[in-house]
Amino acid sequence: MGLRKFFDSIHHHFDVGGKYEKYYALYEMVDTFLYSLKDVTYKAPHARDHMDLKRMMSYVVVAAIPCILFALYNTGYQANTALQTMGKTGADGYAGFILNLLGIGFDPNSIFANMVHGLMYFLPIYIVTLAVGGIWEVIFAVVRKHEVNEGFLVTSMLYTLILPPTTPLWQVALGISFGVVIGKEVFGGTGKNFLNPALVGRAFLYFAYPASQSGANVWVAVDGYSGATALSLANESGFASLPQAGITWMDAFLGFIPGSLGETSALACFIGGAFLIFTKIANYRLIAGCLIGMIATSYLFNTIGSDTNQMFSMPWYWHLVIGGYAFGLVFMVTEPVSGAMTNQGRWVYGALIGVMVVLIRVVNPAFPEGMMLAILFGNIFAPLIDHFVVKANIKRRLRRNV
Amino acid sequence: MAKNNVLTDPLIDNNPIMLQVLGVCSALAVTSSLQVSLIMCVALTSVVACSNFLISAIRNQIPSSIRIIAQMVIIASLVIVVDQILKAYAYEVSKTLSVFVGLIITNCIVMGRAEAYAMSNPPVASFLDGVGNGLGYSVVLVSVAVIRELFGAGKLLGITILPTVNDGGWYVPNGLLLLPPSAFFIIGLLIWAVRSYKPEQVEERDYKISFPVRY
Repeated sequence: MGLRKFFDSIHHHFDVGGKYEKYYALYEMVDTFLYSLKDVTYKAPHARDHMDLKRMMSYVVVAAIPCILFALYNTGYQANTALQTMGKTGADGYAGFILNLLGIGFDPNSIFANMVHGLMYFLPIYIVTLAVGGIWEVIFAVVRKHEVNEGFLVTSMLYTLILPPTTPLWQVALGISFGVVIGKEVFGGTGKNFLNPALVGRAFLYFAYPASQSGANVWVAVDGYSGATALSLANESGFASLPQAGITWMDAFLGFIPGSLGETSALACFIGGAFLIFTKIANYRLIAGCLIGMIATSYLFNTIGSDTNQMFSMPWYWHLVIGGYAFGLVFMVTEPVSGAMTNQGRWVYGALIGVMVVLIRVVNPAFPEGMMLAILFGNIFAPLIDHFVVKANIKRRLRRNV
Repeated sequence: MAKNNVLTDPLIDNNPIMLQVLGVCSALAVTSSLQVSLIMCVALTSVVACSNFLISAIRNQIPSSIRIIAQMVIIASLVIVVDQILKAYAYEVSKTLSVFVGLIITNCIVMGRAEAYAMSNPPVASFLDGVGNGLGYSVVLVSVAVIRELFGAGKLLGITILPTVNDGGWYVPNGLLLLPPSAFFIIGLLIWAVRSYKPEQVEERDYKISFPVRY
């Protein structure tokens, strides 16, 4: 094989003492991306499994494919529909320019036109994320002499999918830098991050630039078009008003609503989730715990009721489909590094997030979206939960032997 | 210890915030504007210096069993003096600083220097040690405040440096920097930078990896 031979022929440059010794991490990244590892464990015990870190991470990206495809479609669909409502025949900026050049048009009924229009927003954000985050990854890998690994592929994809489509690209770059450096690398890189780096980046943008990360003007990629997310609508005038605003439960479930790029469709998320559970990458306990916590808390609030706060009466099946709940449930809660590691701990961890998300959405007037904050909150508690589970286990076994 | 070391050591080599991680609370709270931070630095430096001097002067008379109480009396009196002066001559700033001047009493740096240095050294050296530690505190506070005010509001000391979008300029201010948690990140990054520059400040790990790691 020519390529393999080429890698072997340049390998000695990157070995200890070679010309490019410093850049071993780069060589290793490309080599192991293309070929399976030559190195083998040299000390017992030997556990054999086909599921290494690379495969695991690639599976998560595969699971995100339905969300990505739907993100492309929905972003374009929302933009084209908005253009039609506003009576415009073309979009402004470079997206409109390219679409005109290709003669694709802005018909919201054409799946192809929608997809391409969505691509105009998805692709720049994704490319900037990969480039900027990738540079940080490589810098840290070279300086710290560890490997560049596929964790970043997942982080970059998830990060792109949870941003509003109109996020300025320099903010995208700033957010992913913060997420990768402060959320992950300062703690020692992949596997040692106790927070989800994609969410850290998103949270940074959320607090640093609220004007372009929340509100009513950022969710549809058309200048001057105001389309609030279903959550903020429900927050302002109650979930009962959603159908009047043109959003039925089915719309929200399928995802034809304004929102962050990839998180609008609960269905697409659940398809990905089924894949993750089937391949045992996502632990079902996390998802089940989070569902139980969310459903129980929303029932509690439904029962308490409130005259002034409309969100109290929102039933759980609405909580499930609007905002980032479904996306977070499938891709963020199940993240193995930042979540709880023990089986009992996973139930508690999931439930904690489920409770917190409803609590933030309903009781906190400042943040309509609670999933991001709830998961970060859960991340921080995960080591503590594990600690208590382990301690309880030790106690139980001690009692048995007295 | 030579006197000039007492004065300059706390700036970088033995910085009270960055190495000893003392007095962080006020560093988080007051650094969103440079002016307030500067006043806070002056207030703290004068309190540490004077309290060190006074405590050191009577150090041989203080019974060791009630020394903390004696120190507190001196520190608290000085803080009240500073607070009254601020209220008399800089009322607006004293309102912004609110409880944080009062809280200098509980600032770990003041108590820490009294216990660690003034109780066992002559008055003049203690005074210089207080000034040095106050300056070390100020170095961090001013750096954090410059970053926070410049990038959070586009201003320095109230003068516009980066015209913000709301005022018709080009700079989009970073709202996170106006929230106290951002000071955590900035102090953390400062500590990181200083420790990369002076690796001897890095603490030893409290664990060992027992198997051989190849890379």
